[in-house]
Amino acid sequence: MSIGILSSILLALAAAGYFIGRARAVSAAGGDTRKLHSLAGFYGQSVALFTAVPAFLLMAAWLFIQPILIESRVSGQLQQTLAPDASLSLVMADVRRLANAIDSIGTADEVAALSPEALTARLGEQGVAMGGDMSVAQVAAANEYRLLSNQSRTGMTVATIALALAGLAFALRRIRIDFRARNVTEQFVMVLMIAASLIAVLTTAGIVVSLLFETIHFFKLYPASDFFLSTTWSPKFGGGSDLGIWPLLWGTLYVSLIALIVAVPVGLMSAIYLAEYASPRVRTWVKPAIEILAGIPTIVYGLFALITVGPLLRDYFALPLGLGNSSSSVMTAGLVMGIMVIPFVSSLSDDIINAVPQSLRDGSLGLGATPSETVRQVVLPAALPGIVGAILLAASRAIGETMIVVMGAGAAAKLSLNPFEAMTTVTVKIVSQLTGDTEFASPETLVAFALGLTLFVITLALNILALWIVRRYREQYE
Amino acid sequence: MKDVLTENAVKAETSKISARKAQVYYGTNHAIKDVDVEILDKTVTAFIGPSGCGKSTFLRCLNRMNDTIPSCRVEGSITLDGEDIYDKRVDPVQLRAKVGMVFQKPNPFPKSIYDNVAYGPKIHGLTRSKAELDEIVEKSLRRAALWNEVKDRLQTPGTGLSGGQQQRLCIARAVATSPEVLLMDEPCSALDPIATAQVEELIDELRTNFSVVIVTHSMQQAARVSQRTAFFHLGNLVEYGETGQIFTNPKDPRTESYITGRIG
Repeated sequence: MSIGILSSILLALAAAGYFIGRARAVSAAGGDTRKLHSLAGFYGQSVALFTAVPAFLLMAAWLFIQPILIESRVSGQLQQTLAPDASLSLVMADVRRLANAIDSIGTADEVAALSPEALTARLGEQGVAMGGDMSVAQVAAANEYRLLSNQSRTGMTVATIALALAGLAFALRRIRIDFRARNVTEQFVMVLMIAASLIAVLTTAGIVVSLLFETIHFFKLYPASDFFLSTTWSPKFGGGSDLGIWPLLWGTLYVSLIALIVAVPVGLMSAIYLAEYASPRVRTWVKPAIEILAGIPTIVYGLFALITVGPLLRDYFALPLGLGNSSSSVMTAGLVMGIMVIPFVSSLSDDIINAVPQSLRDGSLGLGATPSETVRQVVLPAALPGIVGAILLAASRAIGETMIVVMGAGAAAKLSLNPFEAMTTVTVKIVSQLTGDTEFASPETLVAFALGLTLFVITLALNILALWIVRRYREQYE
Repeated sequence: MKDVLTENAVKAETSKISARKAQVYYGTNHAIKDVDVEILDKTVTAFIGPSGCGKSTFLRCLNRMNDTIPSCRVEGSITLDGEDIYDKRVDPVQLRAKVGMVFQKPNPFPKSIYDNVAYGPKIHGLTRSKAELDEIVEKSLRRAALWNEVKDRLQTPGTGLSGGQQQRLCIARAVATSPEVLLMDEPCSALDPIATAQVEELIDELRTNFSVVIVTHSMQQAARVSQRTAFFHLGNLVEYGETGQIFTNPKDPRTESYITGRIG
């Protein structure tokens, strides 16, 4: 049974559960709903939740685990028959494709009877492209795969519907006049919310773990000391590359620094103007206009850097000053990225400055301070933790930015202080190391994971720092 | 607690602030109508009246704090020492240095106790040396009856004090700029009776140097601390006179009803 049909059955059961539960509660109270502990709807809701949620969770878990189990079983059988140089993952991909296509060709026996060439041809007619002709063992494995999948699917259907019915019966039996359906429903929903927040946490953990494994793999092939201490970056796909992170890290930090030098003063001053001086009319127009900047895709910023800012800086600054003749430069990328992160600084700071209690402003103005003295000496210090948080958020954004750097700063890994020289960043090199038809086996591709992890650690540290600053200084005003 | 803090009658009779036909509008709402009042120097004047009668609004007119509200408009004349404070040549910032204000809720700045008190003197450049500033801070904290409680922790945040201490810190902060008039907008409404009594004693002491105007909802407080009382009702100044006379022998029937608890 397909997942769609199964889901609708579960939902129908839940809906039925709602109405039965509700009716049961009303009849338990003898038609007088005032006698019930909770509103009648809560009894229905509690039944519906107990019917649907465990069943859906079981379905999700089953769908997650089933392929892993089947895969390991089938590939275990297949491995013995495989040539030593063949890649198991490629063969398994073919097996999966064949298993999915068998039903469109004929019965399992018919497929087994076909010669490998004929099979490939038949599959081609169905629009299924294979990596190569299938061996007899592979066809058998595909059959096995299909059989196991079907069995498992049937098992899942039976199990989930059984669980749904069990939940329905359990919840219905609990309905009495004094059953606290409202509390139970609310607790159940709370558990669901906990689960939802766990998903975000677990995803982060999953990303870190997967990065970590590939990174460990990389450090087995390439010494960590070279990666962290070498100052040259010259990957050669033939081998013998120098993969030092410093030129990339330097480029990242340099570009981000320029971006922040642009964004922080501009963003902060516009935030102060909007929060403290602008009339409500101006505010309603200017604030969304600044926020539009955040909505521009970064690739468009990249184009702006490539065709406008880059040549402009080259012709009017770099060439006359004798600092270089490249239109891609750290300065180009930094300036454009700075413009991109202005709304992060200004919009967040504006909200934070607005949250400073008016009573503090009144207190300062009442002592004869001017509005600007009030802003500098009272409002900004009170808002400082939040503003620092906003700036660090902008910094994380700048460090992770890729597109603007590719188009604005170029791709040359260099350690230089000259802001008019082309440089590159960690993110750009991650992209360039992973694009192409290379396998994830050489240090030249695996280095991308080590770079990604390093970047992740840096931005994580920045975020933790931001959180710490905000917590540490938050309760200075009520 | 004494019933009347000041047995001595009002001696100083020089007018400090005088309002003539003062009108205040919030947009189209006419909040203050035709208020005429003389606020005397070295005197505590109490504004009483039911909520929403305009007493706080009028108080905020006296140092132009209403300027921060865009829809607010003031007409008529309000003079300080004979000078119209709404004249174009008057800088509201300088006016507020002369007419200080203490607010309903204690609002210490997120700074140390010392910096809270030193804020005004620093802004106005009242001191030439650190020692002089220290002296002003100590004097102001002593006047606010807070010195003994905080002298060992001047560098701790002002927000860490209790509510009553915070309000006295705010009074010390206002006193430190040595204003000529001190406006207090229900300064005791967030305080317990003990802190209230301390603040009330302080107000009476401040009278020796300043003219104090206090808005209060407590008629006992008005009777205890003030020499003059003004009764506001629905934006009108109903009655203004010596506190004793207002409370014992009000001329207007509305004042009498309010004081005896029949309206408000």
